[in-house]
Amino acid sequence: MLRLNKLTKTYKTGDQALMAVTLEIPEGQVLALIGPSGAGKSTLIRCINRLVEPTSGTVHLGDVELTGLSSGALRRERRRMGMIFQEYALVERLTVMENVLSGRLGYVGFWRSFLRRFPQSDVDEAFRLLDRVGLAHMADKRADELSGGQRQRVGICRALIQNPALLLVDEPTASLDPKTSRQIMRLICELCRERGLAAIINIHDVALAQMFVQRVIGLRAGAMEFDGPPDGLTPDVLTTIYGAEDWEATIANVDDDEDEGTAA
Amino acid sequence: MSDAPLDTLIGKPWKRPPFVKRAWLRYTLLGGFFLYLVAAYMTIDVNWSRVYEGLERGKKFVLAFTSPDFTTRARDIQSGMIESIVMTVAASVVGIAISIPIALGAARNVAPLPVYLICRAIIAVSRALQEIIVAILLVAIFGFGPLAGFLTLSFATIGFLSKLLAEDIESMDRTQAEAIKASGARWTQWINYGVQPQVMPRLIGLSIYRVDINFRESAILGLVGAGGIGATLNTSFDRYEYDTAAAILLIIIAIVMALEYISGIVRARVQ
Repeated sequence: MLRLNKLTKTYKTGDQALMAVTLEIPEGQVLALIGPSGAGKSTLIRCINRLVEPTSGTVHLGDVELTGLSSGALRRERRRMGMIFQEYALVERLTVMENVLSGRLGYVGFWRSFLRRFPQSDVDEAFRLLDRVGLAHMADKRADELSGGQRQRVGICRALIQNPALLLVDEPTASLDPKTSRQIMRLICELCRERGLAAIINIHDVALAQMFVQRVIGLRAGAMEFDGPPDGLTPDVLTTIYGAEDWEATIANVDDDEDEGTAA
Repeated sequence: MSDAPLDTLIGKPWKRPPFVKRAWLRYTLLGGFFLYLVAAYMTIDVNWSRVYEGLERGKKFVLAFTSPDFTTRARDIQSGMIESIVMTVAASVVGIAISIPIALGAARNVAPLPVYLICRAIIAVSRALQEIIVAILLVAIFGFGPLAGFLTLSFATIGFLSKLLAEDIESMDRTQAEAIKASGARWTQWINYGVQPQVMPRLIGLSIYRVDINFRESAILGLVGAGGIGATLNTSFDRYEYDTAAAILLIIIAIVMALEYISGIVRARVQ
């Protein structure tokens, strides 16, 4: 469904952020991307929707090759890739509803969006999504009035209303407390399952990743060091990705996931 | 831990590293600047007997404020004021409307390099030419009257507003704008959703401030024949009618204070 072939990014400063990453993700697979800061995790997902232009290599989303697209065609393809950000990246002075509806900008014309006259079906879908994450009553609040967990749930709605085939998720839990982090991760994974979405989730927290995903990719200095199931992350593997440390305490025990129902 | 052994550091006072490292250069610069200041002040040459005579005239002028004359030239004051306000409003609206696209072009994170350079050049020209100079040129082209004043103020508004707005756009939060771009928004939608909400309070604040400046400028532009209350003010000075001049100045002060008050309220509301 998503195929990266020898994807490489060299920044103008000469920093090699990605070194020929080759990767294939089947329909509906949720994948965690782990690695130390500066390993190129953020660059990798931004090279997929070309918020960062890759230096070489190809990206196929379905049958479409993304790296060679004109800006108009790129915009159409970006609609199929929902993105969820570190620190939420909501437009703070817009309302929750405007933030969610901004996920439809690729589908509506300028004047409609300028006058905030979105099609009724979009507004209905926005309310359905907000209700799904428990925020329907917040629709008219300004985004900066929300708490961190609430903001990230609005961010999730904004990505999903695009009706994407793929979610690109950049450190979704970076500034959230441990409990909210789990709720957000669980919510993202549930929604992916419900809708059959594939997802790439950049994440710092190895234990949290192991808890929720089917596959883990380890990135170190722009190169893939590990690709396998979550329980394949042995202390040795973590040492090759992150460097030497005592990893025993980090690796999750499976029964660690206490049941909180669907509180998210 | 570090390369300097701790023993050599303990017991020694600590001082912030100076901005200019070489001591002789530091003191030469300071001393040179001080000498220049002294020399500069010595070139100002004051004619004390002229000051003494002038004090009398100054006193008359100040005393006129205790008995401002709104009535004798009421008609002139009224028409001058109306002309000034019309010039201010018209020039501010046109100037702000032109400033916004130029500000977008002059923000490096929004515009491509060629557009950026052109817009920065426009701003530089507008800022380099002081209002009075522009007004003299435009009066020469369009003749005496408020048209020249209106054009002058519009032109000056562009330099002021575009520059400050562009700087605000350049310092906006990138990720908020990036999130809008990632949804597949076109450029205009990206500006409308990702950029505009972030800079709106600043734009409104600057606009009100510019209306304020334009009004005050319109009182000056009359001195070179570009219409407005300045012409009336100039005439009253020429006739030594300090009481009428005082009345005009008081009205200007009142209007500027009212604008200041309004801008405070509006800015608090849009934050």
